Amino acid sequence: MSKPGAKPARRVSRADVIAAAIFLLLAAVPLGASMGTESYLLALVTRVMIFAIAALALDLLVGYGALVSFGHAAFVGLGAYAAGILASHGINEALIALPVALAVSMLFALATGIVCLRTRGVYFIMITLAFGQMAFFTASSLAPYGGDDGLTLRTRDMVAGLPLLAGDHSLYYVVFACLLGAYALCRALIASRFGRVFRGARENPTRMATIGFEVFRYQLVAYVIAGGLAGLSGFLLANATDFVSPAYMSWQRSGELIIMVLLGGMGTLYGAIVGAAAFLLAEEWLSGLTEHWKMIFGPLLIIVVLFARGGLVGVLMSRSRHD
Amino acid sequence: MTEPVLRLEGLRKSFGGLTVTDNVTLDVVAGELHAVIGPNGAGKTTLINQVSGMLSSDGGRILFAGADVTRLPMHARAALGIARSFQITSILPGFSALENVAIAVQARSGTSFRFFGRAAAEQALNAPAMEALAETGLAARAHVLAAHLSHGERRALELAIALAMQPRLLLLDEPMAGTSHEETERLIVLLRRLKGRVPIMLVEHDMNAVFALADRISVLIYGRILASGPPDAVRADPQVVTAYLGEEME
Repeated sequence: MSKPGAKPARRVSRADVIAAAIFLLLAAVPLGASMGTESYLLALVTRVMIFAIAALALDLLVGYGALVSFGHAAFVGLGAYAAGILASHGINEALIALPVALAVSMLFALATGIVCLRTRGVYFIMITLAFGQMAFFTASSLAPYGGDDGLTLRTRDMVAGLPLLAGDHSLYYVVFACLLGAYALCRALIASRFGRVFRGARENPTRMATIGFEVFRYQLVAYVIAGGLAGLSGFLLANATDFVSPAYMSWQRSGELIIMVLLGGMGTLYGAIVGAAAFLLAEEWLSGLTEHWKMIFGPLLIIVVLFARGGLVGVLMSRSRHD
Repeated sequence: MTEPVLRLEGLRKSFGGLTVTDNVTLDVVAGELHAVIGPNGAGKTTLINQVSGMLSSDGGRILFAGADVTRLPMHARAALGIARSFQITSILPGFSALENVAIAVQARSGTSFRFFGRAAAEQALNAPAMEALAETGLAARAHVLAAHLSHGERRALELAIALAMQPRLLLLDEPMAGTSHEETERLIVLLRRLKGRVPIMLVEHDMNAVFALADRISVLIYGRILASGPPDAVRADPQVVTAYLGEEME
C-alpha cells in the first residue's frame, strides 16, 4: 500500500528488494549444502518452503482480506491425500496427481467458502475451524488409506516420466520454483483489478457495495485460489515426506500456519516465507533442546506479537527506515 | 411531464413497533435537486438507506428509471446508477484518495475479475478519477492516504467517488454535516454545479444550503411527508413552520 506522498508508479519497491533477497538466499542453500554432507539442511529448508506456500496463501486471505481462516490445514491435507491415495493405486504421475490435488482442494474451498463467507469475524474463524475438523475426522476414518496411522508413499511421483521429485536436490528446486511461482502469482493478484476489489472489501465492504461490487464473489474466488495454493503445498509435502497423515489437517496445524503469518508479518507475502522459516527452524532447534519446546516458543511468540506489530519483517523494515 | 428518475410509492419501514417510514410517496425528476428535511429522528437517513438498498422495505415500491428496484441488493442498484454518500463518512481509509475514486471508475468499466496487470497503472481508470478529484477540489491530495485527509476533504472525497460512478441519481445524506463554514460554502458551489447534470436527492440540516439549492423540498416528520413543493411554498406552509421550520429559521 502506498504511503502518503509516495509516487504510485514506483517500479522497484522495498517489497521487491526483500523478496529478491529471500529468494536468492533460498536458491543458494543447496550450493552450501552440497559442500558438506548436509542433506539434513536441504530437507529442512525444503520443508520450510513447502509450508511457506501454504502460509503465503493464508496471508493472501488474512493479510489482504481480513479473512482469518482457521481451517487452512484442511486444504494442505486434501492436496496431500490426493497424492497419497492416487499413489496407493499405482498412479505416480505428477501431471495427473497435481491437477487432482489442486482440483480437490479448490472444490473443497468453493463448497465451504460459499457457507463460511456469509459470516464475519469470530464466526468466520469458528466455521472454517469446523470445516477443517470435518476434513480431519473424515481422513482419520479412511480405513483403506491407513485411518489414524496415515499412508506411506512407496515412491515419489514422476513428472512426465522424469524422476524430478526423487532426488533431494531436484525436489528442492521444484519446491523452490513452486514457491517462487506462488509468490509471483499472489503479488500480481493483489495489485490487479481483482486484488484491488478484494483489498477494498477488507477496508470497507459497505462502501464497496455502494459503488457496485458484490464483495462475496471476489472473496470466494480469493478463497478458492488460496485453497488451491495450499493444496499444492500438500501435494509437495506428501512427496517430500513420502507420507500422508490426518495430522496434516489438524486444527493445531491450521493454528501453526496462522502463527507463521503473524510471526513473519502479515499483509506482506514475503513475511509468510520468513514466518514459516522462523517457526520451523525454531521448532527444529528448540525441540532439540527439550521436548517441551513450546514452553520457550510460546513466550517468544508473545514478545513478537506485543512488541513487533509488523512481525519479524516489520522489525527489519523499521530499522532500515531509520538509517 | 417527463417520467421521474426516482419514484417512491407508499414506501414503509418499521423497526419493531416503531414506524420509521410511513407511506412515503415522492419523486425526483431529471435535472432536479429534491431536498428532504425534517427534525432529528424523522426517518431521513432510513429513507436514503431504503432507496440505496442498504435497508429492505416492508411495503411500497421503489421505481428507478421506470424499473422496480425494491427487491434489488445494494450493489445491483449501484450498478444501475444509484450513487450515495453517507452521513458518517464511508471511504476506504487504507487507499489513497486517487485509488478510492479509481476503484469506483473500475466498477463501471469492464470486468474486475482480471488477475494480472497493475490496476494502479491503468490510465483508463486514473484519468477519470483525477477529473472527479479536480472537480471536488482534491486534485492536489490525490496521493494522500484517505485516512490522513481532513474531515472536510473526506466529505469531498465521498462526492468524488459518487461522481466517478457517473450516477443517474445521487443520494446525499447530510454532506455538510460537521464541515466548517468555508467548506460548506464550497460544497454549495459544487452542488450547484452538479445539479442539472445529475438528479439529486439531498438530506440536509443546513437550511441555508437547502434553500439555496433545492428545486423542491419535502418535509418529513415521524416518517410521514408533511408537505412537499417549491421552497417558497414550503417556507410559507403554516404546518411546516409550527412543526419544524419555526425554531430553525429564527
